[in-house]
Amino acid sequence: MRFITYLINGISLGSIYAIIALGYTMVYGIAKMLNFAHGDVIMIGCYVVFMTMSGMNMNPLLSVILAVVVCTVLGVIIEKVAYKPLRKASPLAVLITAIGVSYLLQNIALLIFGADTKSFSSVVPLQNIKIGGITITGVTVVAVLACIVIMIGLMIFIKKTKAGQAMLAVSEDKDAAQLMGVNVNGTISLTFAIGSGLAAIAGVLLCSAYPTLTPYTGAMPGIKAFTAAVFGGIGSIPGAFIGGILLGIIEILGKAYISSQLSDAIVFAVLIIVLLVKPTGILGKPIHEKV
Amino acid sequence: MSKMNLKTMKKTTKSNLITYAMVIVIFAVVQILVATGSMSSLMQGLLVPLCTYSIVAIGLNLCVGYLGELSLGHAGFMCVGAFSSAFFTRCMENSPMNPTLRFIIALLIGTAVAAFFGFLIGIPVLRLRGDYLAIVTLAFGEIIKNVINVLYVGKDENGLHFAINDNKALNMSGTGEMIIDGAKGITGTPRQSTFLIGVILILVALFVVFNLVNSRSGRAIMAIRDNRIAAESVGINITKFKLMAFTISAAIAGAGGVLYAHNLSSLIAQPANFGYNMSIMILVFVVLGGMGSFRGSIIAAVVLTMLPEVLRGLRDYRMLIYAIVLIAMMLFNWAPAAITWRQTHSLKNLFAKKTKEVQ
Repeated sequence: MRFITYLINGISLGSIYAIIALGYTMVYGIAKMLNFAHGDVIMIGCYVVFMTMSGMNMNPLLSVILAVVVCTVLGVIIEKVAYKPLRKASPLAVLITAIGVSYLLQNIALLIFGADTKSFSSVVPLQNIKIGGITITGVTVVAVLACIVIMIGLMIFIKKTKAGQAMLAVSEDKDAAQLMGVNVNGTISLTFAIGSGLAAIAGVLLCSAYPTLTPYTGAMPGIKAFTAAVFGGIGSIPGAFIGGILLGIIEILGKAYISSQLSDAIVFAVLIIVLLVKPTGILGKPIHEKV
Repeated sequence: MSKMNLKTMKKTTKSNLITYAMVIVIFAVVQILVATGSMSSLMQGLLVPLCTYSIVAIGLNLCVGYLGELSLGHAGFMCVGAFSSAFFTRCMENSPMNPTLRFIIALLIGTAVAAFFGFLIGIPVLRLRGDYLAIVTLAFGEIIKNVINVLYVGKDENGLHFAINDNKALNMSGTGEMIIDGAKGITGTPRQSTFLIGVILILVALFVVFNLVNSRSGRAIMAIRDNRIAAESVGINITKFKLMAFTISAAIAGAGGVLYAHNLSSLIAQPANFGYNMSIMILVFVVLGGMGSFRGSIIAAVVLTMLPEVLRGLRDYRMLIYAIVLIAMMLFNWAPAAITWRQTHSLKNLFAKKTKEVQ
């Protein structure tokens, strides 16, 4: 019975990781860059919800929508200011810039909101569901549903819409896509917008499940979600989903049965093992090198 | 070769000598300042950490500037070096060993253990391309920090006892003493690091990297950085040289960790000293000083460590400034628009235009 409870907690955490990983994997697949600041966009989204809900007594749904808007705008601005000028530069330069942006967001939040931990009240009004001896929290239900809806929505978006097809084309070959009349810059901006909007949703769910908020809240889940994206196969949308869920389960089970302090270490050990055994991840396609 | 003639000397040799001279001059100036009492005790306390940062920055610069791979785990290698050496020193504390010899052995152990971990991490990751090294080294740093925080090691007459999560599981006899006490870390390490040792270590690290970079292996490493496929096609063993550079880089960071550990009487693995933030700080030194310039790394480490102490008001904004420095340096150095702007507005061009106008 306890095992099932852990499993449910794992799936709940895993769905949140999966939503973050979807943003990571899309940006990585299309812009070919590791957006280190993704985790910190999550944190900004949480602060927006926290300030509007506890400071201004705003309706939870409205404040979540506001957070999504703020994060989307923030993501697009970051892309335009920091990443776009470096599109032709070496990957190392882009990576260091991304770390700089991540660090910048953390420290801006630190200066504005202070280092003290804010206690975040859940935005999910659902009551806990009890089946037999197992309790399922409202957040879990919402997180799992949101994750599935977002994943299916994204897959349909990419398959069926023109913008989605443009994304696929850009991820295959940027220059060729440009020659075919695809607006590459617009497509990359759109990707960042979607990824950052998802980050806001994930952030709100994360803080509803684990109600503490500091300027560093986003950093660790961000890195773990990247691990999930690599685990599932970077660039693959169902891969991010599977990777996220599995990683969440591994983390919670590791916390319960091995050591609570070592749970982060266990998650990262998974990353190293995956890279050692199957670097393309569960659903990733092998990349062929062009000379 | 034996004749040291400044005019016939190679450009790189000259540049290297300038770097050595710079370190020695800084050392001399600091000694004079300390002797005349014009350096506050706060500043004096920063001297050994400064050497540590410089050494780790030299190591990271080898990885970022010459290998062209980003490591976010150099704080982790530092941590490994620090804890393994402090562990050795604490174990040997009551033995009749000469303290100097003990420090040298501790230094070798710390460096070797860091090198071993660098090698271990490098094997799976350096075969891959892209940004994997950054994320895996970051993961490694977190793993090391986590593991040390739950590791308990004690010593009594029966030998060493290890346990995870709980010091009661050690089953020590009454006379036993704790060496690594979980989250409380290692306490009571003799404070043997001095500024002189730090400067000597910086010089040794410089000697190692200069010789590597100017050797056949060093040229192979740079060839891999500039064009991996071309390097492979002329028969350079990619994995071997990448591993070599990365292992040496980790080893140097480990040596920095040894210096760090022997400067503190209580060594704790915290996010502030061995976490992500430390790795970023070292990266800022490397980027601001110039990737590929070891002299620059040292200068940046000195300036950025001393500046917040001199300008107190800046202290709260230190991290913010670091972040802006990172982004601004990258945009300025790498953005195509910035490169053309610099070319048209460079001083050389300015003078060239003026002379043209005169003609």
